[in-house]
Amino acid sequence: MGDWGLTETSMDNYEISILSHVAMSPSRHNNLMSAYSLPSSKSSYSVISAFCTEDNIPQCISYINQELGSLGLAAHIQADPPGRASLNAAPALNAMYELLQIHRRSMNNVEELEKEQLKKTSTLEHMQTSNSRLKDQLELSIREKSGLHETERQLQLKLKTLQSCLKTEKDEVQKLQSIIASRASQYSHDAKRKEREAAKLKERLSQLLVDRKDKKLAIEMLNSVGRSDGKRSHWKTAKATASREAEMYKSLLSDYEASQRALMLENAELQKVLQQMKKEMMHILSPCPPLNRGGSAEESQELGDSDREERSAETSRETLDQSCEHAREQLTNSIRQQWRKLRNHVQKLDNQASLVQNQPPSNAEVIPLETHEHEVERMRLEVQQCKEFIHAQQQLLQQQLNTSFDDETAALLNGCYTLEEKERLKEEWRLFDEQKRNFEKERKNFTEAAIRLGREKRAFEEDRAAWLKHQFLSMTPFADRMRSSSSDGQSALSVKSEPEIRTSSSKAPPVKSSAYTTFSTPKSSKSAAVPSTIDVCRTLRLIPDYSSSRHSNQRRWQESSATEDEESWLKSKSKVCSSDLSIFSLDEDKNPLT
Amino acid sequence: MNFSEVFKQSNQLCKVSPDGKYLATCVQYRLVIRDVNTLQILNLYTCLDQISHMEWSSDSLFILCAMYKRALVQVWSLEQPDWHCKIDEGSIGLVSSRWSPDGRHILNTTEFHLRITVWSLCTKAVSYIKYPKACQKGLDFSRDGCYMALAERRDCKDYVSIFVCDDWHLLRHFETETQDLSGLEWSPNGCVLAVWESCLEYKMSLYSLDGRLLSTYSAYEWSLGIKSVSWSPSSQFLAIGSFDEKVRILNHITWKKIAQFEHPAIIDNTKTVYKEIEKRPAVSSDEMSLHDITVASSLFSTQSKYDISPLPVQIPVVKPDPDRANPKIGVSALAFSSDSRYIATKNGGFQVHSLNWHCSGDSLILIGKDQLCLCYMDADQNNE
Repeated sequence: MGDWGLTETSMDNYEISILSHVAMSPSRHNNLMSAYSLPSSKSSYSVISAFCTEDNIPQCISYINQELGSLGLAAHIQADPPGRASLNAAPALNAMYELLQIHRRSMNNVEELEKEQLKKTSTLEHMQTSNSRLKDQLELSIREKSGLHETERQLQLKLKTLQSCLKTEKDEVQKLQSIIASRASQYSHDAKRKEREAAKLKERLSQLLVDRKDKKLAIEMLNSVGRSDGKRSHWKTAKATASREAEMYKSLLSDYEASQRALMLENAELQKVLQQMKKEMMHILSPCPPLNRGGSAEESQELGDSDREERSAETSRETLDQSCEHAREQLTNSIRQQWRKLRNHVQKLDNQASLVQNQPPSNAEVIPLETHEHEVERMRLEVQQCKEFIHAQQQLLQQQLNTSFDDETAALLNGCYTLEEKERLKEEWRLFDEQKRNFEKERKNFTEAAIRLGREKRAFEEDRAAWLKHQFLSMTPFADRMRSSSSDGQSALSVKSEPEIRTSSSKAPPVKSSAYTTFSTPKSSKSAAVPSTIDVCRTLRLIPDYSSSRHSNQRRWQESSATEDEESWLKSKSKVCSSDLSIFSLDEDKNPLT
Repeated sequence: MNFSEVFKQSNQLCKVSPDGKYLATCVQYRLVIRDVNTLQILNLYTCLDQISHMEWSSDSLFILCAMYKRALVQVWSLEQPDWHCKIDEGSIGLVSSRWSPDGRHILNTTEFHLRITVWSLCTKAVSYIKYPKACQKGLDFSRDGCYMALAERRDCKDYVSIFVCDDWHLLRHFETETQDLSGLEWSPNGCVLAVWESCLEYKMSLYSLDGRLLSTYSAYEWSLGIKSVSWSPSSQFLAIGSFDEKVRILNHITWKKIAQFEHPAIIDNTKTVYKEIEKRPAVSSDEMSLHDITVASSLFSTQSKYDISPLPVQIPVVKPDPDRANPKIGVSALAFSSDSRYIATKNGGFQVHSLNWHCSGDSLILIGKDQLCLCYMDADQNNE
């Protein structure tokens, strides 16, 4: 609050401060105070002189009047007397008073506003605190709610299970009730039956007691019937009873023995099966070491060793009788062991396989599945490509063959192709001519040889005829033997000549076959040179005809040679070719050979 | 197929002799013996009263006719028609009568099961067996006819007596572990006796010939138990049909269950299902003359045939009244084929009275109330 003990100087300071700070907030009250107090120590005159000096009093007065007018106060300040440095005191004082009033009022307002502000801040703080408190409460309550939800859910679950239990219990109760009901009905039924029977008994008893006419039980038979097995009945003796017992036990024992036998057989079979299984399992497990890789090799090695040990041990045991319990136990134990090993092994293999699939291939032996598949895919693609290529080629070829170019190019093209063919054909013709020439040469040789042979044969025939004549004249019983010996010689020679035939036949089969064909069928041969062969054959054929007049089977020879197969024909021909003519002339002996 | 003329009979007493040569029928109080091939009447016997039960002896020489009302049994001979035999039980009454396996003794069960009287036709001698038990199947002969097992009840305890059929002397007498024995049956090889409880408890006990308990088997508790029992012909298996509609098979070595067959209401897992389809001619109810009625009830009016039903087949289930005793649920009939390969079972309330296999094991005869059906099996077919 303003200090009313303000001097004029401080009021002036206030004016100055008003000039310098046009809009001042009430909160600057202290500043005002400081603004008041500060320059009071200083010489006020220098400050006042900034606004109003002795010179500009009327301007100041007019200015202040303006200001007062703008504030709504009466602007009556005037200099008194006018033009001098003194003021009319009353209006100035009034103005001052009014200004002070205004100031006071504004200060009051400020104070009130400040009070209100304080109040508002305090209420705001209060609200904020209460807000935060409420927020905390809200969170807490939300958490509580969720917790309660959770418990509710669990309780619901429990309720459901309990309900289902209840249902099952109810069902069971119902079932039991139905059972009880049925049992009860059964009991009552039985009880009623028994009661009826008892009633009947009582009735009967009473009837009998009353009746007293006991009808005796009796049997009347015309005559006794013999026993079904025809024998007489036996007395009942202790021996008989004992024998009955014995019989009973015998039948029981026989039945037990039969079942035991069956069980033994079954047991033996099952043991065999188990043994086999064991052997197979061992077999499967033992060749493992070379296949395994890495660390498992040692293990499987161990397995293999243990297996071998076991095998050796057990083969000795197997010789024992398997029916003894010890052996049986051992067998089952060993089977179990083997099975465990096998199972472990299979598991290991599975693991390995999965590992290998996951890891990149570290071993060249084992190719992981993906690369294998890649390779396969690649190869398939290649195959496909090749096929397409081939197909394209074929198409192109077809195109080329079928295409309708203009005649020139077509002719040119055709000409190109035919040229190639012509060249090829020329080559082939050349070869063919060469071969033909070779054949001609050979044939010439053959014919020469044949002619020579013919001449020799003729000579031989003459010799033979002479010799025979001589023989005939000196007729001896040894003639037959001579013949047979010569026939043996002939067969031996024919055997010898076989390889000759084969070699000769391999040399010029087409010629001979063509000769044969001409012989058997009247077809014409391929080349013009053949007729000369025919001539040769004819000469050959005719030679034996001419040489021996004793031929009774000439015809037969011709026919047989017509029908004979190639080999025998060749045989005969080579016989002609061969230098030994002793075979040929003996036709009677030769014919069995054909 | 040809049919002969229809012969009269009463009480469903019509049996072929064990040797297959003769056919015996009862008409009221007359016994008619016919030749099986020619159906000519060979003999005619007259009994003193209406015949209640008729049975051939095992050697086909004698026939017994029992008249329960008059407690009389008359025995007739085929070889000597003049021969006669009459057994009078007197005032003690007669409830059942049967031959012994040798065909020379008759076992009569008196009224109220007071005793069993054993009459010998060879010696006219009488023996008594006291306290026989009145149960479903209290007496059984072994297949070779050597032994007879009889269920007895004394002092509220069950016993089994084993008799030697030759001279009827008691071989063994032992107490069984049952509360209320309901039946017993010899195994075909005569070494094991199967003894089962009444349906209130599922308990099957197995005794050897000399009376030792071999094993007991109980499938479940509390519900109604065993309904029917059958041995396989090889004595290897024992089939037990129970009220829970299941058949359980025990093996003879361990007497433990080796197989279990169910009869579900929806059949889905068998090969073929044959369903009988009946076609009844529609009879209008207005014109119900006598003629019509007789026609409607004659044998040939309802034609039934068997169709192969496509799987799954729903079997009509009739829920039995739980308040009545001996409900019509459960496996009531079992029959093994002769080679022990197949078993035929009847479950529920179907109108099948008996199942019997042919001795060759490839056909089955189902006898119902009015009809019978022969089922032939192909190599790979199964009938249900």
